[in-house]
Amino acid sequence: MTAVSRLGWWALSLGVFVAVWWLAALYYGDPKLLPTPPLVLDALIAAAKTGALFSNLLVTLARVAASFLLAMVIGSALGIFLGMSPTADRLVGPWIVLFLNLPALVIIMLCYVWFGLVESAAVAAVAINKIPNVAVTLREGAAALSRDLAEMARIYGFSRWKTLRHVILPQLAPYFAAAARSGLALVWKIVLVVELLGRPNGVGFELQTAFQLWDVATILAYALAFGLIVQAIELGLIQPWERAANRWRR
Amino acid sequence: MTAVRIDIAEKVFPAVSGAPARGLYHDFRLEVADKSFVALLGPSGLGKTTLLNIVAGVDRDFKGRVAFDGKAAPRIGYAFQSPRLLPWRTVLQNVTLPLEPGAGSVERAKTLLAEMGLGDAHDVYPERLSLGMQRRVALARAFALQPDLLLMDEPFVSLDEQTAERLRDLLADLVRRHPATILFVTHDSREAVRLADRVVLLAGPPVRIERDVRIELSAEARRSSGEVERVRGALTEAAPALSLARG
Repeated sequence: MTAVSRLGWWALSLGVFVAVWWLAALYYGDPKLLPTPPLVLDALIAAAKTGALFSNLLVTLARVAASFLLAMVIGSALGIFLGMSPTADRLVGPWIVLFLNLPALVIIMLCYVWFGLVESAAVAAVAINKIPNVAVTLREGAAALSRDLAEMARIYGFSRWKTLRHVILPQLAPYFAAAARSGLALVWKIVLVVELLGRPNGVGFELQTAFQLWDVATILAYALAFGLIVQAIELGLIQPWERAANRWRR
Repeated sequence: MTAVRIDIAEKVFPAVSGAPARGLYHDFRLEVADKSFVALLGPSGLGKTTLLNIVAGVDRDFKGRVAFDGKAAPRIGYAFQSPRLLPWRTVLQNVTLPLEPGAGSVERAKTLLAEMGLGDAHDVYPERLSLGMQRRVALARAFALQPDLLLMDEPFVSLDEQTAERLRDLLADLVRRHPATILFVTHDSREAVRLADRVVLLAGPPVRIERDVRIELSAEARRSSGEVERVRGALTEAAPALSLARG
């Protein structure tokens, strides 16, 4: 698919979504509870004019980036290790299941209680929520690594670095992409909760204020703004990288 | 100079999920002279691949030793039963990756690929090639290394006979131009006679050498199926109990 037709499909898909929303808002007829797209756009512009929109988005984005990176690095390392060592997996595997099922809210509360209402506690809480997901995905990848290719690399005298770069990482690429995609969505959702519970700024904090005023237009405006950013990351970063990593496939 | 002396006192295939442990080798000895082309001929499942893995040094779970005369650590090329190319690297990258980086390596790889009729496939990813072409790339990778010792594990199975025959010609040609000590595993007696200058007939388990035959055929004679058939008949007649592959 060419870049143009890809963008075309993307626009069509989101266009249909906006149309459905608009029709539903008109049919429902209460702009306070379900505002039409233009009303949300107005709220977005109003928030942008005060500068609150950008400063809050930036703060939230920074938290998303920090916790996402932390979770990907630690989760990948842990997952790959568990995938390669059955003993370690038997030992640590149950912990992963435990943390996977621990409610995000509990982790956030405990982090705040134990480490205080500080930035590092907020970022750590989000990362801890995400690490088990990344670890589980990468564990699958590491367990599925080809023994045939590893043997080939050994016989042909590949160095550690060469083996990692040309044999192992390409096999893990789809798993990294899966973990990154689901990770971005999850991390952004949890960051908002963290901000709502214990941060004096960010989109989550702003949403809380809007919620107290039953200001649905502002709530949707922030959701829209961030939704667009995530779409941009998906279209501009994750998908091109995935295509580059997959161009060898038939 | 790379002669190989294989001496396996004991090699046991460990018990896996209910199947009992199997003794594969017991007091097995084989000497391979420098620059000789030795075919190891025997039925499937005998342990021939295991033998190659022991020589290659990836299977160390055995009692005994493998010694190389001439070089302590010879350069080993290995053509596996499946091509084992890296699907996410191009044909040229697959051939150059095992080599020392440098312009000379790339040139050598390109020359070999051209000799194999893959001169215009440098930038193609392996999965877009036919199995026959993938095998040629794997051969190029093994030869580009300028190996002292070349291990080949039924490198031409699951190809149609015509393609396999072309690849055998190609291999014979390559060996003439780039001499190396070769251990060639096969269950196809015709292929063994056609290529090797020594055929070691294996039986077992535990694996023992049933016959060890020198094949003295000219390059022309090897291309004539009648000649090959005659030698093959003589080779297998003496061991009728072995139902060798019918080719």
